[in-house]
Amino acid sequence: MNTMNPSISAKADRRDQGAEIPVPQDKPEDTVIEEGKTVGKPFVNDPKFKLRNVNVSYGSDRAIKNISIDIGKHEVISFIGPSGCGKSTFLRCLNRMNDSIQICRVEGQLMLDDEDIYHSKRDVVELRARVGMVFQKPNPFPKSIYDNVAYGPRIHGLANRKSDLDEIVENSLRKAGLWEEAKDRLDAIATGMSGGQQQRLCIARAIAVSPEVILMDEPCSALDPIATARIEELIADMSKSYTIVIVTHSMQQAARVSDRTAYFHLGHLVEVNETNKIFTSPQHELTESYITGRFG
Amino acid sequence: MKKDKENAYGDHISHDFNNDLAALKADFLKMGGMVEEQLNNAVIALIDGDGNLADEVRAKDKIVDKLELELDEEATRIIARRQPAAKDLRLVIAVIKMVADLERVGDEAKKIAKFAMVLAEEGQAPRGYIEVRHISSHVSAMLHDALDAFARLDSEQALRVMKEDKMVDEEYKAATRTLLTFMMEDARNISRCMSVMWVLRALERVGDHACNVAEHVIFMVEGEDVRHSSVETAEKVVGR
Repeated sequence: MNTMNPSISAKADRRDQGAEIPVPQDKPEDTVIEEGKTVGKPFVNDPKFKLRNVNVSYGSDRAIKNISIDIGKHEVISFIGPSGCGKSTFLRCLNRMNDSIQICRVEGQLMLDDEDIYHSKRDVVELRARVGMVFQKPNPFPKSIYDNVAYGPRIHGLANRKSDLDEIVENSLRKAGLWEEAKDRLDAIATGMSGGQQQRLCIARAIAVSPEVILMDEPCSALDPIATARIEELIADMSKSYTIVIVTHSMQQAARVSDRTAYFHLGHLVEVNETNKIFTSPQHELTESYITGRFG
Repeated sequence: MKKDKENAYGDHISHDFNNDLAALKADFLKMGGMVEEQLNNAVIALIDGDGNLADEVRAKDKIVDKLELELDEEATRIIARRQPAAKDLRLVIAVIKMVADLERVGDEAKKIAKFAMVLAEEGQAPRGYIEVRHISSHVSAMLHDALDAFARLDSEQALRVMKEDKMVDEEYKAATRTLLTFMMEDARNISRCMSVMWVLRALERVGDHACNVAEHVIFMVEGEDVRHSSVETAEKVVGR
């Protein structure tokens, strides 16, 4: 009966093949990474940040190894990678948050709008007003909601009159999607708010000084899914006016919010590409292993 | 990515995830094996005039349909619970699409079985069976190779299947012409020849579905969608 085609007898073998649970042959650690080599599209036409051959070390430990990348204007870019891969260290270079760490040394070319971020005459306070930051844990000042947002504009002298300051506070809270919840209790102490509200307050505080860039270091890791969704919605809105750089441990978050995604591994920048590309067909083996959950 | 293809879907940190993907692959191949068998049996029933076998094929199509539903459910569950990415995502998406093709092959087998019964009842000397035999062994080999390419993640073999489909199309055209001459020869042949023509048409469709499966295998392995593009484009994708 089966003389027409030999396929039927071969079928059983194939089925077994598909069912076997394979043993890993190549461990990701065995993969050699060439220093300074990044696959994908690390550079853009009109960069906000132009970062070339960046090296960061803590004493004798090299945390960032020869990374070159552009960050575009009004772009949302995510930095992903396993713990200790250097993504937060690299983020903190962008507004010199590493300055306070004595043993930390930053080398290479780091340009913001063609100005050297690490120039010796650079005013760091002014830099941080342009490049704001939101941290992992919400860290409002133990002051009123109003004072939290008004703090930056006050010290930077952005408002001369109370009415100007009121306007900045209202606008910032609106942009952070917190106005409706906070307008009736602006004098209430900020630490009494929920975690998600506190984080949005921190975003409002960062926006209040009219920054050009907002750096976010795992902004949602302490929040529940609803609060996370609201922050992500906010990121999407803010991307129209700001450049946003997010470090995240949640790959789904990177996939949801960012235009481009950069994958870091042991201090190397392995791959940068459009988020769609990274999550459907990454080019580098290590990126593939990380985002599919094969190590991390 | 090319080396170590057989193990390509293992070694997740989560063992359950490994198991889910392995089960999806195995169940897909199980359905593939079943559909292959359905097709071969339908053709045997036709050529041997075996009404019982044709009956069996028609009854078993329900099982194929059931497998389609099960596989879709399995794939949906993996997406919902594991949020697969990159090659895992491509595997799940490709399976969802290929399952539809396999189900259609099952339908074509059922159709052939139906004509097998019609033709067996008429019981005359067969016209056009040489063509049926020829094309059926061709498309059945294509289906087999496409499933094999899936099992081994072999995009080169998938590419060969894509190329075969062009040949089947040519063979189908030639067979149609032959049957037309039979019909012109003697008008009493028309009814039978039309039935055989439908069978040939079904077989040609099986070739198309095997080709679709092959295209999905290339997508799965190479990360590039080669549907609706020329064989040359597919060659470039596979040859990278």
